[in-house]
Amino acid sequence: MNDFDTALATAWRLIAAGDAALMDIVVLSLGVSLTAVLIASILGLPLGATIALARFRGRDAVVVAINALMGLPPVVAGLFVYLLLSRSGPLGAYGLLFTPTAMVVAQVVLVTPIIAALTRQIVDDLWREYRDELTSLGAGKLRAVPTLIWDARLSLVTVVLAGLGRAMAEVGAILVVGGNIAGVTRTMTTAIALETSKGDLALALGLGIVLLTLVLVINAVAHFAGVAARRAAG
Amino acid sequence: MHAPASILPLHIDGLSFEAGGALLLDNVSATLRPGLRTVILGPNGAGKSLLLRLCHGLLAPTGGALRWGAFCNGDEERVRRRQAMVFQRPVLLRRSALANITYALALRGVRPRARRVAEARAALERLGLAPLAERPARVLSGGEQQRLALARAWALSPDVLFLDEPTANLDPAASRAVEAAVEAIHAAGTKIVMTTHDLGQARRLADEILFLCGGRLLEQTPAATFFHAPRTPEAAAFLRGELVG
Repeated sequence: MNDFDTALATAWRLIAAGDAALMDIVVLSLGVSLTAVLIASILGLPLGATIALARFRGRDAVVVAINALMGLPPVVAGLFVYLLLSRSGPLGAYGLLFTPTAMVVAQVVLVTPIIAALTRQIVDDLWREYRDELTSLGAGKLRAVPTLIWDARLSLVTVVLAGLGRAMAEVGAILVVGGNIAGVTRTMTTAIALETSKGDLALALGLGIVLLTLVLVINAVAHFAGVAARRAAG
Repeated sequence: MHAPASILPLHIDGLSFEAGGALLLDNVSATLRPGLRTVILGPNGAGKSLLLRLCHGLLAPTGGALRWGAFCNGDEERVRRRQAMVFQRPVLLRRSALANITYALALRGVRPRARRVAEARAALERLGLAPLAERPARVLSGGEQQRLALARAWALSPDVLFLDEPTANLDPAASRAVEAAVEAIHAAGTKIVMTTHDLGQARRLADEILFLCGGRLLEQTPAATFFHAPRTPEAAAFLRGELVG
């Protein structure tokens, strides 16, 4: 496992040197994934909560569809967004293909179903507990949606983290719509894919270690913030 | 439009509730008048909680109807706004004690915010909860949570307050505090309708008893009469502590 030692050394050297190219890649990766998760949360949290409370024909079909979309293969999502944004596509006029914006769009497509599906389940359970009380107080279902999201906030942090995990780890979608252009659309995962195929396993693994560390730090911060909040709010 | 002074009396008219082929409430008729503390008694499974939920509008009856005093059909929303309910296990929102009450006041359209906060503080004060105003509601003790639920209900100034076994999970000291709160809410002019399985509590609080057994209303009797001379053999057996139903 000589590669592994070299990789660790490479990772350390990259971080210690504050390598400018690496910093660009890290900033772009974080920027794309955090923006995508923010947008996906704004869409997915209310969507999931609304489906939890709504009663309509075909609700089960919608629930199954959203649950299934959690397993949407990233390349397929990427291809879908590619077709939307390509010159001849419906949104081609905006010239977004091979830009970070296109990568954000693709990740929103991937992450929104995850956040919506998990939110639906959590809010569904909470609604069973709250329904009588909220109905008695006079909250209609529409009014109950923000109340339930707020009261489920500690669990929903985990949901958002699951979405972020998907976005940070994902390579297929952003590779297709971003193109892995150095300095423009190259992220941690696309760079790792590239270096691996070029045979520079040490650099690829080094980048991988940096990525893992980042994800670990984000999750640790969120976890301990959640623990503190739970202790304070019961 | 001028609102009537009270939505009471409540006429319960042949109310039935059926679920899964079982008749859980069978043709119950009664009139609940303002001013009296009504306690619903009966063995487990008699339909006490169910009757409360139907009266409060949380469930729709499968037979019969409710008529609220001067209100005709179509006023359901206005009728609901003049009732409140305290549950055996109240659901308190994950926010401060004070915010639990201001939330409920906001739903009743109390404006502006400063007025909601003032009314909520007054409600906490009445139940001795003022020092806990800023504490998260979910970290309060069981007794404090139940008193907060009562404060929240009282803050809404309902014409009628339904209470479903409000002391079932509480120790004697907390139960005493809840009973005192119920007395105070009654004295302030709110009609009390509560269920309990605690006969001592029923003796202490009730002006009249509705005795339910097997989904049927067997008695609506003034409390003094009920405890000394129940009219039905089922009620007599129930008071002797026998298993009935």
